[in-house]
Amino acid sequence: MYPSDLKYTKDHEWVRIDGTQAHVGITDYAQKALGDVVYLELPEIGRTFNKGDVFGTIESVKAVSELYCPVSGEVVEVNAKLAEKPETVNADPHGSWMIVMKATNPAEAHDLLDAGAYTELTK
Amino acid sequence: MSTSAPGTLKKTPLNARHRSLGAKMVEFGGWNMPVEYTGIADEHMAVRTRAGLFDVSHMGQIEIAGRDALKAVQHITSNDAGKLAIGQIQYSALTTPQGTFVDDVLTYKMSDEHFMLVVNASNIIKDFNWIAAHVGEAGDAVAVNTSSRYALIALQGPAARDVLQSLTGAKLDDVKYYWFTTGEVASVMCTISRTGYTGEDGFEVFVAPGSAERVWDAILQAGKAAGVIPAGLGARDTLRLEAAMRLYGNDMDETTTVVEADLGWIVGWKKAEFLGSDVLQKQKAEGAPRKLVGFEMVDRAIARHGYDVYMDGAKTGIVTSGTQTPFLKKAIGMAYLPSDRSAPGTEFDVVIRGRRVKARVVPLPFYKRKKV
Repeated sequence: MYPSDLKYTKDHEWVRIDGTQAHVGITDYAQKALGDVVYLELPEIGRTFNKGDVFGTIESVKAVSELYCPVSGEVVEVNAKLAEKPETVNADPHGSWMIVMKATNPAEAHDLLDAGAYTELTK
Repeated sequence: MSTSAPGTLKKTPLNARHRSLGAKMVEFGGWNMPVEYTGIADEHMAVRTRAGLFDVSHMGQIEIAGRDALKAVQHITSNDAGKLAIGQIQYSALTTPQGTFVDDVLTYKMSDEHFMLVVNASNIIKDFNWIAAHVGEAGDAVAVNTSSRYALIALQGPAARDVLQSLTGAKLDDVKYYWFTTGEVASVMCTISRTGYTGEDGFEVFVAPGSAERVWDAILQAGKAAGVIPAGLGARDTLRLEAAMRLYGNDMDETTTVVEADLGWIVGWKKAEFLGSDVLQKQKAEGAPRKLVGFEMVDRAIARHGYDVYMDGAKTGIVTSGTQTPFLKKAIGMAYLPSDRSAPGTEFDVVIRGRRVKARVVPLPFYKRKKV
């Protein structure tokens, strides 16, 4: 259910590390808990964040939730198409990346949960 | 999301049904209630295009009876219950002497000496204590809290009439909007009320708690072909907001008057005194300082309950309800604004996570169904 090539935070973001590139999104568990996603507020390209910082906001019909950086780095890409069609997050959470970060220390991802541990967490 | 221990929460007679239907359950006003089954947007659209079935058994009932029951209802509520025929219903306010809301209620005229008020779940005890303290001021009448005697099931949407008619011998076409009758639904004696909180045609069925599951199951079964699905409190909230129906605790409370909530149409201006009538008469004549308005977001963002409103750099009001609505697909809401700056077209800022975002006053309601 949870792809093994992703790492997961306890706040329910996923990250896919590819060299220093880190794609970031939210998990299936998170989209289910939120319900119908209707709004996505993403940062500007060039912003830098530390691991654990709030990088954006996601809103469903009934709830507002913050998005947390799984790793430290600079935002190099923002998924503007996703912000236009935020309901895609419900349909395909693990395919819906929100930002791409240039990770300053990709090794930070080692501390995150793998698919098995995340599945346990959300049981 | 805050969740209380389920054991401390009240449950409706349909609680087990919600769980077996896979509902997401939440705490609401001290009750363990379904917030959604298949999703708020899905349920919202079902009610606008087909029909949805809601458990609203958490709502309270307070009955007032006695020789002077009408006088008592006239004294404690704002609307003119003297205009009601037996079998008729009106929207009204239970008012304080300051003209503010103890609660908003539906008043049912059961007989000349018997009325029933349907009240909000979180206010049942408060309302009953309030009514019990004031009901005798008008003469010979008593109040009884009969909330535990009824489950309440709402079938709402354009298909509601046909689906319910297939289960009852009562002639539903004779039950006009805001009227009620008694009759069997799935062989269970019920009170059938043509009312609702969604902006659609529909019915609210009062049934003894022990028969609630039978009636619920029968309606879902009978409505299957028409696409009737269960709907939760989440859709109930987005539906009522599109229809600009007020939510107690959000849009009005004991600090806001009936005139400020722009509900002058539920005040019996010509009737004799009621609690707070002098304040409301004065506000009607001289104007109230603030007014509840509807708005749409101009910039892309969602305003929500409690967000501050700014005009010309100064805080001038507050958002009372707001969401992105599934049917209109717009970010809408209601807010209190200074009355002299509340006309449709007026622009103001809402502070959303520290950012000022533009909104514009629009006429209410946001959504009005086409009458057939």
